[in-house]
Parts: sequence; C-alpha cells; structure tokens
Amino acid sequence: MKFTRDWLFSHLETDRPLAEILDVLPMLGLEVESVVDRAAALTPFVIAEVISAEQHPNADKLRVCMVNIGAGDLVQVVCGAPNARAGMKGVFAPVGAHVPGIDLTLKTGEIRGELSNGMLCSEREMQLSDEHDGIIDLAADAPVGASFAAYAGLDDPIIEIAITPNRADCLGVRGVARDLAAAGYGQLKPIDTSPLEGSFDSPISWDLNLAPDEAHLCPLVSGRAFTGLKNGSSPAWMANRLTAIGQRPISALVDITNYVMVDLGRPLHAYDIDKIDGGKLIIGRAKPGQTMTALNEKTYDLDEDMLVIGDANGPDDLAGIMGGERSGVSDATDKMFLEIAIFDQIAVATTGRKLNIHSDARFRFERGLDVTSPEWASGYVARLVMDICGGQASHMVIAGDGADWTREIFLASDKVERLTGMIVPKARQTKILENLGFTVREDAAGLQVSPPPWRGDIDGAADLVEEISRIYGFDHLPMVHLPREHVVAQPAVNAAQARPLRLRRAMAERGLTEAVTFSFLAEKEAVMFGGGDASLRLVNPISADLSIMRPSALPNLLSAAARNQDRGEADIAMFEVGPVFLGDEPDQQRTAVAAIRHGAMAPREWHGSRRSVDVFDAKADAEAALMVLGVRRGSLQIESGGPDYFHPGRCGRLLQGRSLLAQFGEVHPQVASHFGLRNSLVGFELFLEDVPLAKSRGPARSYLKMSPFQPVSRDFAFILDDDVPASQLLRAVKSAAGPLVTDVQLFDVYQGKNIGDGQKSLAVAITLTPQKATLSEAEIEAISDAVIAAAGKNCGAVLRG
Amino acid sequence: MQSLDAVSSEIIAAIGVADSLDALEAIRIDALGKKGRISLMMRDLGGMDAEARKQAGQALNKVKDEIAAAIDAKQTMLASAALNARLSAERLDVSLPSRPETDARLHPLSRTIEEVIAIFAEMGFQVAEGPDIESDYYNFTALNIPPEHPARQEHDTFYLPADANGKRKVLRTHTSPVQIRTMEANEPPIRIIVPGRTYRSDHDATHSPMFHQCEGLVIGDGIHMGHLKGCLIDFCRAFFGVDDLPVRFRPSYFPFTEPSAEVDIGCTRDNGALKIGAGDDWLEILGSGMVNPRVLENCGYDPEKYQGFAFGMGIERIAMLKYGIPDLRTFYDSDLRWMRHYGFLPFDAPSIHAGLAGGAV
Repeated sequence: MKFTRDWLFSHLETDRPLAEILDVLPMLGLEVESVVDRAAALTPFVIAEVISAEQHPNADKLRVCMVNIGAGDLVQVVCGAPNARAGMKGVFAPVGAHVPGIDLTLKTGEIRGELSNGMLCSEREMQLSDEHDGIIDLAADAPVGASFAAYAGLDDPIIEIAITPNRADCLGVRGVARDLAAAGYGQLKPIDTSPLEGSFDSPISWDLNLAPDEAHLCPLVSGRAFTGLKNGSSPAWMANRLTAIGQRPISALVDITNYVMVDLGRPLHAYDIDKIDGGKLIIGRAKPGQTMTALNEKTYDLDEDMLVIGDANGPDDLAGIMGGERSGVSDATDKMFLEIAIFDQIAVATTGRKLNIHSDARFRFERGLDVTSPEWASGYVARLVMDICGGQASHMVIAGDGADWTREIFLASDKVERLTGMIVPKARQTKILENLGFTVREDAAGLQVSPPPWRGDIDGAADLVEEISRIYGFDHLPMVHLPREHVVAQPAVNAAQARPLRLRRAMAERGLTEAVTFSFLAEKEAVMFGGGDASLRLVNPISADLSIMRPSALPNLLSAAARNQDRGEADIAMFEVGPVFLGDEPDQQRTAVAAIRHGAMAPREWHGSRRSVDVFDAKADAEAALMVLGVRRGSLQIESGGPDYFHPGRCGRLLQGRSLLAQFGEVHPQVASHFGLRNSLVGFELFLEDVPLAKSRGPARSYLKMSPFQPVSRDFAFILDDDVPASQLLRAVKSAAGPLVTDVQLFDVYQGKNIGDGQKSLAVAITLTPQKATLSEAEIEAISDAVIAAAGKNCGAVLRG
Repeated sequence: MQSLDAVSSEIIAAIGVADSLDALEAIRIDALGKKGRISLMMRDLGGMDAEARKQAGQALNKVKDEIAAAIDAKQTMLASAALNARLSAERLDVSLPSRPETDARLHPLSRTIEEVIAIFAEMGFQVAEGPDIESDYYNFTALNIPPEHPARQEHDTFYLPADANGKRKVLRTHTSPVQIRTMEANEPPIRIIVPGRTYRSDHDATHSPMFHQCEGLVIGDGIHMGHLKGCLIDFCRAFFGVDDLPVRFRPSYFPFTEPSAEVDIGCTRDNGALKIGAGDDWLEILGSGMVNPRVLENCGYDPEKYQGFAFGMGIERIAMLKYGIPDLRTFYDSDLRWMRHYGFLPFDAPSIHAGLAGGAV
C-alpha cells in the first residue's frame, strides 16, 4: 500500500521524524517496501522572478535575463526559451545544481559572450514531465526564493508498505496511523464521523433481494443522494496525493471515492442518479445469461454465484469488485448516489477469481472491512463531497440488519508470558489493546477483550497475544536455547533417510556430478519413459515443457546433458536423487536414483585411459549404488532386457529373488537422438523404495576366521554357446568349486579365430583358500574336475584344448 | 711354467681391466673353473710330497681366495655400473600429467540441506518427510488457509486434475503440510525439520516453479516464542558461521502461526557485494511463529495443553547468501561449469565436529 508522509501525518499527530517512523513500521508488522523522496533531487531549485529579459546581442533566439532569486543580487542567466519574459515566475537552478533531465551539473559559463550563472528550467529538464516548449511558468503569487519542490508538493516522500492478509485495517492510511499511535509514535487525530442528517429524501432506495439464509452476503449497505454537485477537478492536495501513489486524477467525484478507499480503507461506489432506472438499486445474485460491462470497458458473463447490484435494466455493479460502465459518474454528473456497502468476503473473492478481475476494491473487500462503516462513514464522506463539490445531501438510506461483530475473547493473565516468554504487565497489556481500539475489561483471571469492528482477523487469545507482543516489541522476546533432551545428540535421520546421503557421496566419488532437475517435464518425454498418466498432468503448467510429473529422473538428466553438450562439454556424467511419480497418491511417489554417462570415461590424455562409455559402466554404477544401499553382491541376479528407452540388446535388470532393484542400459539411439545427444550414452535408474533396508544386526561384525594356509588359484578356459549368459557359467563354477572357493573371476572373453561360429571362450580363475590343511594336488584335481563337469552339465561348456 | 705369483698377477690384472660381467665371467672360468689355471694347479698338488703339497697348497688357496675376492669386488662394481646405466636409460619426464582423476561435485542444494540437518540434529530435531503431491486439505485447509482465503492467492498453486469427487490435488506450495502429517501420526513432544521440494507457478529471475524449503516444528510443554528466538538465532549463527550475527524478529502473518515473525539477519552491502554479519542493513531469511491453536486442533492436539513453534526457510536463499551464488535459476540448470565452481567434493561432508563452512573447492 502506498501513501505519502503528509497523508500519514494528516491522521497522526507526531513530532517524530519520518526516519524513526520508517524504522518502527516493520517492527509493527508493516514492512516498508520503498521510500521515494522526489524532492531530494530538486533541493537546489528555487522559485525565481524574471526582472528583465533583453535580446542577446549575438544570438537571435537567446535572451539575457536578470533574475531575482530571493536573496542577494540579481543573477544573470542566458535563456533560450521562447516564453522567457520580464515579470514571469519560474524555476531557477543555481551554479552547482545537478539538472536531472539533462544530467548536467551547472557551471558558470559564457554563452556567445554573455555571462550565464544558472538556468531557468523546463519541466522536462526537471524530469517532471515531457514538457519542453518553454520554461516553467508559475503563478504570479509563487513565493520568490522558496523551494520549488515544497511549493509544488513534491517534498512529500512516497512510502510503500506491504500489508499481510490479516491486516485489512491497514489498507487505509488511518489504520497505519492507528498502529503507530498505539506504539507510542504520536496521537491518532480525530475525524468527524458524526451522522449527517441531509436535507431531502433520496430518490434512490435499496432493495436487498437476498434469501433470509443469505443475508450475510450483504449484511449492511448505506447510500445517500447528492444534488447540485459541481464535478470539476479535485483540489490540488487530493490530486497531488493520488498522483503520488500512482493514481491519475480523473474528476472530483471519482477522486473522492479513490481517495477515501486509500485514506480509510473504505471502497465506495458512485452512481449517476440520472442513469439509474426505476429508483431502486437491487442487490442480489445475478441470473445466468446476464452480462455486464464494467468500468474497465470489458464485458463479463455473469452467473448466479455472483453478487451484483443493478436497476430495472439489470445488473451494473459487481459487488465489491468493480462498478458498471452504464451507471457510473461522468464529468457531467451533478446528481450522485453514493454506496457504502459490506459484502461477504468469500463471495467477493470467488467472483473476483472467476472473472479474473483484480481491483483495489476487491483486494479490500475480500480481506474484510469494518462492518459498521456503512453507518459511520456516511456522514464523513458526505461532508467531504459537499466540501469539494458543493450541492446538497439527502437523508441516508440504509438496508440490512448489520453483521454481528461483537465478541469477547478471554485473555488469561499468564497467556502472554506462556506463549511468548515475555512478561508484559497487565496494565500495559490493557493499554496496548485499548490504543488499538479494543475494549478491555479486567477481571481477576485476566482480560475480557472485545475487538473493534475493523479487526475481523482477531478470533482468539493467540491473536491478542500477537497484538500485545508486536506493539510491546519483539525485541523484548527472551532468547532461550531449546532444552537439550539428550546430552549427546541423537541421529536426525533414520536408516532409510541416511541412504540418499551416503548414495550421493558414493555416486560423486564415481565421477558422477549431482544434478537437481525439475520434477516435471514435457508430456512426450514422460510417455517415452513410461509415464504420461492424465492424473499427473498439471492443470496450470508454466509451459508445455514442464507440464506433467516425471515417471523417471532419466529424461531430465538427458536434457541437462544435452544442454551441457551444446555448451561444448564432450564427456558428461551426472546423477540425480529425487522424486518420481507413478500416480498422484502419496504411496505412488518414489525416490529415484538415476545416472547417465555420455561420451568417454576420461578426457583425452596421453596415458590412454580414454574410452567410450558402455553398458558395463552403467551396470557398474547401478551395482555400486546397490552396494551402498546394503545389497550384498552375491545376492544379486542379472537378467538381460529392460524398458523401451534402452537398446534392446544392451540393457539389463538387477534383481534380488524376483524383485527388480535396478535397470541399466545403453540409451536407445532414437531416444538419444530425441535429446540431441550424439555420443555413446548409457544410464541406470533405481527406486530407493524397491531396495529393502539391510537388516540391522547391530554395529558388531561377525567373528572373522583367517586361514593360515596359502590360497591356490586355477584358471579354466571354457568354450560354450554364445547365447549362454556368462552369469550362468560363473554360477555353475562357483557352486561346483565348493566351500573352499573365495573368489571367482572371469578374466577373458574371446570370439573369433579357433573358436567356432556361435561360440565363445570364457576364461575363469578360481581361488581356493584351504581352511584346515594345505590342499594336495589330488584334492585340487578333484575340485577342478568338479568345476569342469558342472560347466559341461549346466552350460554345455567344454574345456578349451 | 709360470710362477704362481706371475699367474696370480696376470689374472688380477685381467680382472682389473674386465669391462663387462661377461668378460669377468670368462676370467673366472679361465682361473677358477673346472679346467681353470688355478684349478689345474690345485690338481697338480696331488703329485707332490706332503710337505711341498702343504706349502704349495697354502699358497694356492691364498691366491685362489684373492682372485675370488677380486672377482666379487669387480662384479659388484660392474653390476652397480650396469644398474646405473639402466636407470639412467629409464628416465621419464615426470612433468607429464598424471592420470586424470574424476572431480565430480555434489550440488550446493544437497550440501546446504545436509548442513541444515547437521545443525538441527545437534538441537535434537529429526528429519520428517511428506509427498510432493498433496491434498488441498494438508496443503491449505488444515493449515488454517480455508478456500478463498487471500493467503491462498499468494501461493501461485499448481493444480492436478480434479478426481471423480471434484477434489483436485496440488503440488505442495510449502513443506508445511508435513507439520500436519507429523502431528496426526505422533504424540508430542515433536521436534522435526522437513527439507524438501516445493512448487509454485511462478518463473522469473527470482522465482523458480520448483524450489526447496525446510520446515521446522517444535511442540512440547511450555515451548514459547523465546525458544523460537533462541533456536533460530542458534541456527543462523551456526549456519553462517558468524558468532555475533545480529538476528531480528519482525511481526508478520502466516495463517498457521500466531503470533508470526519474519526473521532477518544483519548484513552490509558494499558496492553490490553482500556481507553477512553485523552491519547497517537487514536480510529477510525465514518465516516463523507459534503454531496457531486452530492448526493444533486440526491435528487433534489440545491447544491448552500443548504449544510450540514452526518455521520455514528457503534452501536456495540461504545457500545463495552463504555461498555467494547470484542467480536462483542456475540451481536447476545442471551446468557442469557452474557445478565445478559452486559444487562440493564428495569427501567434504559437513558435520558439527569438522565444520560447516565447506572446505576444498
């Protein structure tokens, strides 16, 4: 909300400087967003009188002026303005002044041989407007030597504060002044809210057309007719204040309604009586099919949820939101009917949202007005109208039984201390509340407090505690460390929550950089990765690229990789730990761990470690992730195949029993090409929820027996059919090697010369660690034979000759 | 026949000039081999009488030992020279680059969240979680934000399609719904923090449609606003690593707290550079307040019996302030240049004992 210093001080009697006011406002909950002092740049500019203006001897278009600046000798100024003449009053900038419109600091100069000691300014040169046809021509009574900024009303700084949704009362300058007064920063000046009798019967009456159970939609509305008005320009003080807060002055009647809205936070609506048909204003629900053209010149389709005001010709006012074009006041209006109403906050908010109209009136109505204001504001506003526009006022016409706003809230004596830790004496509590307009009755147990009608936000003791503590000052809150419940802090995360923390480190140690990408993506990509469910499509997305919740973290990683590729990064390795969505229920959200690698495993370097990424890099990443999650390598099974976004022949699944833990693969070339990624591209993904938590057996490890005997190794090269998975051979070998086997390594894969078509050679090393005695050759031989036999039986493998 | 002395001298001389291990071996065979000159002379001893054999034998053994010692010495010398020659030939240019290491980074967001967890863990908090897709009830109504409440308009909510009952879920606009979920599922006392993703339909230089918040909730007997003040001052000073950091509490409004306070920290601005610490300006960093009795009631708590405080902070904001990251939007861009500059090495885990400032870069 915007207002000016003088506007605030018109409600607040204070000797505090503005700086102090600005410091305290935020401590009352009224955050200062900006302060603009328009006069600061115009300090040196004074009002001056041109005593003489003679033709410049050496230039046709210049004049040599002698100027009275109100002090000292006359000053000679060379001026090119066509309107410079003897006797005029203008604005003088002395030597040394910075002229904002031309960004120049004035120096003593000679113009075509004549001395010039300053400048007579145009509005453009002072950045007041674009006017540059001549220098500023002030009224004859302008005081010579006085500050121009003060004379023009520009020395009134503009203050903008943010009003939280609960403080509807501070959407008027008077409410801000009341808070400051309560905080001890001055006295709230009285305003005359006495009734105004009026001199005739209003030709317009109210017709509250609401069912009895809907009376709350408009609990109270007052109106008053005015005749003989002169609707010219509003007075300068009002026009200046409105201009300062960014509202263009229109006409006295319109300006009065705008001014009162900001001044008292009280929106008004003015009708031209001549444009009201039938002598009645009807307040009720709109009928389906009705339309109305509002003051913003837009036509709206109405429905029966909308509260409107109209006459015999139909609705012409969206209650609490915006008036209609048909019956509004114009410059020619001399008979006005002025409405001061209360409308239901929710009804106003609903209609405003439905029609997408954001108006200052709606903003105030939906936050709640002083429900008694139709009565007390009536006389005040009528006097203001007649002061400015003359004429006569009718008797007030009022409809509605009023809203029941009175309530008593009990504030126990210890409540403030219990909730805030601050000790505020009871008398002080009472005083603060009374200064804010509350009625307080003290009893032995505490305070019985009635909030004023403009504080609809107060509905419990906690609200009263807030009022007392903010005015008393949050600076008085004690600083109390939270009591420690444990001398040694307990872990903040449980076993499941600890996993992502460890996993992130493990992934980064593997050379994968962590990415944080959006939880949504383009629908096409969601579908590509197995998602696209309509229940996950945002109704109001920011853009089509961010329109649906992601089924996988891979696509956004691929997009991120593509952006990096386009910036010249060749080799990209990234991972993300974040949510993915299988449906819109809480139990359908998963925490995905996904990683991609693109390009090569190392930069170009002379040792020769550079090679393209391949599916085994993705497999290694997946296995490493599972190890970190507590999966024992030996418990994993591998299966070829995977989702469509992987290369059908180069992808696999890691399983434990029958449950899928992770999928990895080379990204399908069509998918890679969709993302514009040009080099080798692999990835993996797992959902943390799929990986069971390792059973906790406590921190102690099992007892380790170390064999005193030397391990022995034996190598085998098997030839077997190409389509037998290596994992099958390894399983057979390991199982046949018996209890002494401590390691099985596949160390060579060969196809080609000397190996038949459709066959491959796999070389396997087994390590046996004897436990009781060194193995004899015969024992080793027996194990070897068993290994060879098992490989033959389970895999059709024969020992390579 | 040459005298023993002459033979000995000749062999010793030959050893002296031998220039390779092969030449030395040839000399050894010629002198001490089975058919070597010394060996043959030893064999001839057999034909001598006992006395002569004893004398000649002693002399021969002495010569033999001298030759063997000379060969040994020469051999050591030659081996050493050969090794030196080989090592010299094996010289490498060690100024060549070593094999490349990966230097992948962790994101400033996960780093910052871990720092926040570390500090609150010290104050007895536990991490709680909730879904990103929320019901209207948890995101708004239970938090005392009824439909059509003006505070809802400030949330720029993302909506999902209405279900068969006309109810539409939302992407949570704050982490506050987890307050409700936690209170519904647990009895007091409660001390939780909730770091997580949040969403608002706003996208410009200072807003992202997705961002991160960390909620906090403390419920217990006699927890009052002084505890809120102490807890958040303790947090801010630990997080920013400034022991005398000024922290200011300013009245504000959130529907789910009453009284409510914005929290500002002290700073100075010098030619656009921001410094956190005692200074002449304030920076807003989080919102907080005493849990509104209506919220407690909504969760089945008796507000006369239990009270507590809640707070919420933007993770991006505190990360930007602490680590001097100028632009919010860069957090989600996954630009590797940005990550190399603002990211954290994985071994550099934040902890209370080792520090929260972030070490190697």
